[in-house]
Amino acid sequence: MTVTAYLALASALFVIGAVTVLVRRNSIIVFMGIELMLNAANLAFLAFSRMWGELDGQLAALFVMVVAAAEVVVGLAIIVSLFRTRRTVSVDDENLMRH
Amino acid sequence: MSVLAAAADSGLVMSTAEQWLFWTVGPIVVLSASALLFAKRAVVTACSVMLTMVGLAVLYVGLGAPFLGVVQVVVYTGAIMMLFVFVLMLVGVDISDSFVETIRGQRWLGTLFGLGLLAVLGGALARATFTQVIGVEAVSDGNNPGAIANLLFSDYAFTLEVTGCLLIIAAMGAVVLTHRVRLTKKLTQADMAAVKVREGMRLTPPPAPGNYARHNAADVPALDAAGKIIEDSVPDVLRMRGQVHTLRGVAQDLLPAEVAPVDAAPVDVVVDVVVDVVVEAAAAEPPPPADASAEAAPAEVAPVDVAPVEEGDTP
Repeated sequence: MTVTAYLALASALFVIGAVTVLVRRNSIIVFMGIELMLNAANLAFLAFSRMWGELDGQLAALFVMVVAAAEVVVGLAIIVSLFRTRRTVSVDDENLMRH
Repeated sequence: MSVLAAAADSGLVMSTAEQWLFWTVGPIVVLSASALLFAKRAVVTACSVMLTMVGLAVLYVGLGAPFLGVVQVVVYTGAIMMLFVFVLMLVGVDISDSFVETIRGQRWLGTLFGLGLLAVLGGALARATFTQVIGVEAVSDGNNPGAIANLLFSDYAFTLEVTGCLLIIAAMGAVVLTHRVRLTKKLTQADMAAVKVREGMRLTPPPAPGNYARHNAADVPALDAAGKIIEDSVPDVLRMRGQVHTLRGVAQDLLPAEVAPVDAAPVDVVVDVVVDVVVEAAAAEPPPPADASAEAAPAEVAPVDVAPVEEGDTP
């Protein structure tokens, strides 16, 4: 029950993040959905880390956080430069490479 | 913490304290995360995701990872979500998501996919059997950050170095991506002064709102000594948005019936000159809507022949 409850919570958060990425148009909100999915994975890491009594899961979560920080820096820079050229943050309007 | 630590040793069943923690924080986390799906404004979404991150940090501490709980608060709530809010401020706080579907049925398909994913994950969880929970207290030995540091600098040393490289590359990437090559000469204060003298523009600062006025709001134009309206006393942004209030609305007793806001044409001329000089501003800013000045001036009053302020009158 202990692990199952945390994994159920992590699943719910992951699904919310995935549906956000699929449904929302604002690229900043889409980005927050990605962050939520990473956090759901972290929660699962910690639950399993406690189940096995090893700290490797906590380290994996730590590295996920570091990678998420790097990803956010680059992603938000891309969003800012896109907004500078296209004047929009909607994912529907970022179709410059299609035409 | 000691209660939670005792709860961690209980094996397959949560202790009462941990149940209280989980069923208090878990619904808060899920509810605030669902703002990602339902909130219209991006700022509201960012704030509720911050609440989600803090709730997750509490759960991390409950799971025997106090170091990661603190890191979660510092990195996610303090750095990442603040960065999101900064970018929202740059992009424009009041942008809201458009609910026009460019792909037909995308929202329903996305929701359907989410429900399917939930069913798959739930089914896998229901069928899985987990071993007895051992708990990390024995490994942490009362010093969770120290235990993590021992592992980080021994078994994971190479991963740590690679992560450092990644962070440096990400920082440089952000600098490169947001860097903009300057195409025109940078205008100094002396250049701007020379242009103002050459073009006959105003050399003094614009009059502050509230000079000889009956109202001190920034959107109400000031009056000069003759009781006429100084159009330049209203900030440019308000004029371009057409949010200038007329004096008729705030001080009816002051104005004779025929006094009306002056036409904004001289202001537009000045703006055009500035745009010609500062070339890069033209690339960055969309042109103001043509009907902004029309909205600012009510239709029922006739324009009068009052210049905003005499341009060449400075001593």
